[in-house]
Amino acid sequence: MHRFLSHLYLSDMRREFTEKILVILFVLAPFFTWAQHESTETESGAESKREGIKAFIDHHLQDSHYFILTEDAEAGTHYGFPLPVILWDNGLKVFSSSRFHHGETVAEVDGNHYALYHNKIYKTDAEGTIEYDDHHHPVNAKPLDFSITKNVVTMLLVSLLMFLLFRGLANSYKKNNGIPAGVGRFFEPLVVFVRDEIAIPNIGEKNYKKYMSFLLTIFFFIWFLNLLGMTPLGVNVTGNIAVTFGLALITFLITTFTANKNYWGHIFWMPGVPKLMRVVLAPIEVLGMFIKPFSLMIRLYANMTAGHVVLMSIIGLMFLFKNWIGSSLSFGLAFALSILELLVAALQAYIFTMLSALYFGMANEEHHDDH
Amino acid sequence: MEKLIEQFSFGLFFWQIVIFVGLVLLLKKYAWGPILKAVNDREEGIRKALESAESARKEMQNLQADNEKLLKEARAERDAMMKEAREVKDKMVADAKEQAQAEANKIIASAQASIESEKQAAVNDLKNKVAELSIEIAEKVVRQELSAKDKQIKLVEGMLDDVKLN
Repeated sequence: MHRFLSHLYLSDMRREFTEKILVILFVLAPFFTWAQHESTETESGAESKREGIKAFIDHHLQDSHYFILTEDAEAGTHYGFPLPVILWDNGLKVFSSSRFHHGETVAEVDGNHYALYHNKIYKTDAEGTIEYDDHHHPVNAKPLDFSITKNVVTMLLVSLLMFLLFRGLANSYKKNNGIPAGVGRFFEPLVVFVRDEIAIPNIGEKNYKKYMSFLLTIFFFIWFLNLLGMTPLGVNVTGNIAVTFGLALITFLITTFTANKNYWGHIFWMPGVPKLMRVVLAPIEVLGMFIKPFSLMIRLYANMTAGHVVLMSIIGLMFLFKNWIGSSLSFGLAFALSILELLVAALQAYIFTMLSALYFGMANEEHHDDH
Repeated sequence: MEKLIEQFSFGLFFWQIVIFVGLVLLLKKYAWGPILKAVNDREEGIRKALESAESARKEMQNLQADNEKLLKEARAERDAMMKEAREVKDKMVADAKEQAQAEANKIIASAQASIESEKQAAVNDLKNKVAELSIEIAEKVVRQELSAKDKQIKLVEGMLDDVKLN
């Protein structure tokens, strides 16, 4: 029962949080509308700018085959570096994404032509024509894309950072007689926090050890990626559905493969309820098995994406208003939200880890007679 | 939802799984294992140190209690010994007194007895002396009285009168 309560509590917390933001926006709304009227004379210019900002945000939220740090859209110049493209299209095709020229040209590899459209690679003819269906979706063949994209590079960077950081912490114990040194002094309490506040209370003293590596890794992995999303590097890894799907899938697999008899008993033949109810409950419980990791996936994705969208929109407003009140208000709001997002970055990592630990705890729960 | 599925990139998913699982395994070997072990060891060390301090404190307390007990016992023993000694002394004094009394009584009794016998002897001696003197006196008197014949007759007659009267 308390688990459901904690679920409710978390969603309550989020709702409260959203409500607060709405209140802030509502209070500030008159300033914005007033400020917007100021610039009606350049209606069409603002419109195109707005579209530009929207496109920029959309573009930012997606993965990319380039690691672009900044770009000058008017001049058409990009500052960054191309990343390797790896395709499986009747054989492995590896080439640099610079051959797309930021989507402007068609890349020809081994007699095949590939074009970049909305950050996806399609197989095309030599001219790069993309055909659409009724819903404006491309119908061209999509080769399997294993490219080292911006998100992959970011994950590799974070992995390297984590490896160096925590191996350094582990080594500092040997050198320093069991006491952490340097930056490890900050991270060791967090490791202990994950153990004492997340793993042990949710999984139990007996079984928590085998999950520790996963819980620690996922906590710092998500947290660091979330924090990197706050940097001007413009990465959005944890706001990508494929990444959160992968993380949630691992939680699901670990839960399923380490579950004991009691866990399956609670799913397929709920003890302590009438026989008929057990039959009714079984499909619900089976559904619940999948809903739990699904909620993990959506929660992280939605929170990070929403954070990026809101923050970038407010930053974008600065450039739309072009007057000192609106722009400075937007700046203030963006600043406050950035601080909030820093908190959310840690909070989401904590929630993902905590709920994973909760599910592992369910999988390891011992039989109780008091049902 | 449709947009989400459209956004889903299998390649990214693939790399994410590979990177993440690799990271978990790598960190497990090179970081989490040693870190958790070090933290555990340290906590164990602290726990042990606290425990041993506690046990040392208890031992100290026990020792102190033992000392206290020993001191108490010694004091009690000393008291008992002193009491005994006092009793012995009292008894000895009493005994001595009693003995002296008895001896004195005995001496007094024997002195009294000897005084009595001396007195008796003195009295007897005196009696004898008195008798001798009486007889001498009587002899002298009688010799004087009986020097004349009439006086002798008178005496005999007087004596005879006494006898008749009796």
